[in-house]
Amino acid sequence: MINADRIIASLIMISALYFMWHAVSLPIGWNGLEGGPGGGAFPFWLSLVMLLCAAGVFWRSTSGSKFQRFAFDMSMVKPIFLVSVGLVFTVFLTSMIGAHLAVFLFLFWYLRFVGKHSLKLSVAISVLTPIIMFFFFEVTLKIMLPKGVSEPLFLPLYAMFF
Amino acid sequence: MDLLTLLSDGFATSLSPFNLMIVILGVTAGLFIGAMPGLGSVNGVAIVLPLTFIVPPASAIILLAAIYYGAMYGGAISSILLGIPGASTAVATTFDGRPMAQKGEAALALIAAAFASFVGGTVAVILFTLFAVPLADVALAFGPAEEFALVLLAFTTFVGLGGDDILKTIIMICLGLVLSTVGLDLISGQPRLIFGDLPGFYSGVSFLVLAIGVYGIGEVLYTIETSKSNPTVSNAKITFKDVISGLKTMRRYTKTMSLGSFLGFFVGMLPAAGATPASLMAYGLAKQTSKKPETFGKGNIEGVVAPETANNAASTGSLLPMLTLGIPGSPTTALLLGGMVMWGLMPGPMLFIDQPDFVWGLISSLYTANVAAVLINIALIPLFVWALRMPFSVLCAIVLVLCIVGGFAPNQKMHDVWLIVVFGFAGYFLRKADYPLAPLVLALVLGPLMEKSFRQTLIAEQGNIFAFIERPLSATFIFLSLLFFIWPIVGLLRKSKQEHPHFSSKRPNFSRQNS
Repeated sequence: MINADRIIASLIMISALYFMWHAVSLPIGWNGLEGGPGGGAFPFWLSLVMLLCAAGVFWRSTSGSKFQRFAFDMSMVKPIFLVSVGLVFTVFLTSMIGAHLAVFLFLFWYLRFVGKHSLKLSVAISVLTPIIMFFFFEVTLKIMLPKGVSEPLFLPLYAMFF
Repeated sequence: MDLLTLLSDGFATSLSPFNLMIVILGVTAGLFIGAMPGLGSVNGVAIVLPLTFIVPPASAIILLAAIYYGAMYGGAISSILLGIPGASTAVATTFDGRPMAQKGEAALALIAAAFASFVGGTVAVILFTLFAVPLADVALAFGPAEEFALVLLAFTTFVGLGGDDILKTIIMICLGLVLSTVGLDLISGQPRLIFGDLPGFYSGVSFLVLAIGVYGIGEVLYTIETSKSNPTVSNAKITFKDVISGLKTMRRYTKTMSLGSFLGFFVGMLPAAGATPASLMAYGLAKQTSKKPETFGKGNIEGVVAPETANNAASTGSLLPMLTLGIPGSPTTALLLGGMVMWGLMPGPMLFIDQPDFVWGLISSLYTANVAAVLINIALIPLFVWALRMPFSVLCAIVLVLCIVGGFAPNQKMHDVWLIVVFGFAGYFLRKADYPLAPLVLALVLGPLMEKSFRQTLIAEQGNIFAFIERPLSATFIFLSLLFFIWPIVGLLRKSKQEHPHFSSKRPNFSRQNS
C-alpha cells in the first residue's frame, strides 16, 4: 500500500528546499548594517523548520505507527477526478473563450452528465449563471471578466450598458 | 456612560435603512450557508468576500460579520434535520439534535437551537462591548516588540492548544509564513520568492486566493468524497404556538445557557480554540452538570442548548482580539481582518480612535444581527427544509463557479485563479492527511505583521535580540509562547515513556476547520 502520508511529507520537503533555493537570492544571515536579519532570512529559516518537521513526519511514518491512515474512498475517486479535470479545463477555457462561455460549458457538462440532472434544470442553471455574472460583475461592479476570443460577441452588450 | 454614547452612535450607523438591509441580507445568506453541509462560516465568507465590492467598505464588513453570525445559527439546522453538521461548529448539536428530530421533536430542537444561539450571541456581544475599549487601550501601549510577541503567542497557541498533530501544525504555520513573504521584501523592497520572475508573484500571495482555494475548492472536493449518499431530511413545521411553548421550555435551561455563553466567549477569544472546541466543551459541561446525564445522546434538549449558546458566543469572542489587537481568533475572523485591510481599515487599537463610527457601527450591528438571525431562522424553516433537499451536485457546481469568478474579481488576474486551483487541490490533500488548515490561513494573514514587527524592533534596537524580553508586556507574551510550545512536548514525552514505545504527537483532536 502506498503510504500517502510519506508522499505528502516528501512533497513538503521538496517545496521547502525549493523555497530555500529561491530565498538565498537575498541575504539570509544577520545584516550588520541594518542590525537585523536580511530579506531572505524569514523565508529561508522558516522553510528549514518546515523541512525538518516534514522529515519528522516522514521518519515517523516509517516506524509503522498509526499515522498511516490516509485513505481514499475508491468509489468516490471518479467524481473527484471528474470535478478536478473539469475545473482545470474550465480555468484554461476561461483564458481562451472567456469566463461566460467557459462557465456555461462547465455547468452544463457537470449538471447534465456528472450530476445526471434533467435537461431543463441543466440548461436553466447553465444559461442563467453567466447572465447573472455579466450583470453583477460587469454592469454593476464594472469588473471586466476575461473574454478571450468571444470578445466581439460582447460589443453590442457593451454599447447597450456602458 | 461614555460607552453607551458610543454604542448609541453605533446604532445610528447600523440602523440606517441601508445597513439594516445589509444585516438582514447577510444573516439570511449566512443561515443558508451554515445550513448547507460542507459550507460553514469560513467557506461562506471566503466565497462571498470578492462579491462585497458592491457596497461601501464599512457595510461590506457588516455584511461579512452578519454572514458569519448567520452561519453560526444555520449550522444547527442541518445538524438537526439531516444529522450532518452544517459546519464543524455544529458537530456537538448533532449528538442530541438528530435524536430529537427522529423522536418527532425537530421543531422543538430548532427553536431551542435558535433561542440558545440568540442568548449566547447576546451575552457575548454585551461582554464584547464591555471588554473592547479596555483591551484596545492596553493595545495602544504596544510597540513592534509587543506586536511580534503577540503574533508569536497566537501561533504557539495552535501548537499548545490546537489539538492537532504538533509537527503538522508547525509545518502549516511555517508554510503560511513563507507564503506571506512572497513578493517584495518589506524593508529593502527587493523581489523575493517570485519563482523564476513570474510577474504574478510580485504583488504577493493574497489571503483571499489561499482561502478560496482551501475553503472553497478544497472543501467541495472533500465534501464530494465524504457525502456519498443523500441523507433523509426530517420534516419540521413550526407554528406560533410551538414558538411560545418552546420559549417556555427554554426558561428551564438558564444555567446551561449562561455557562455556555461565558465559556464560549472566552474560549472563542483564543486563536487556537474557537467555536468547535467551545461547543464541545459546553456540551461536556452540560452533561456533567445535568441531573439526567444518561439521557445525553438520546435527544436531551440541553445537548442542543449548550453547544449552540457556546458556538455563537465563541464567534463573537473571536472578533474581540481581531478588532482590538489585530490578531484574529479564528480563520473566519482572519478573513474578516484581511477584508478590512483590503478596504483600508486597519484592525487594532488605532481603529477605535481613527474610525469610531465604523467600529461602533460594526459592534452595534452584531446586536441587530442577533435579533434578525433568530427571527429569520424561525420564519424560514420551511425554506431550509426545501433547500436541504437540493442535490449537492447543484450546490457544488455553483460554489466552483463562484470560486473561479470570485477569485478573479479582486485583482483581475488569471494568475490568481490558477493559484486558487493549486491551493484547492493542495488543501484537499493536506486536509485528508490531517494537516490543520486554520494555522495556514492565519499565518498568511499575520505573516507580514510578524516579519515587519520583528525586523523593525531589531533595526530600532541595533540588532539587540534581547529587546523582546526587556519590555514587560513583550516578555510576558514570549514567556507564554514558550510555555505553550514546551507544555505539549513535555506532556507527550511523559506519556510516550509511560504508554507506548513509539513516539507519537497526536493528541485528542478538538480542532476545527470552520469557525
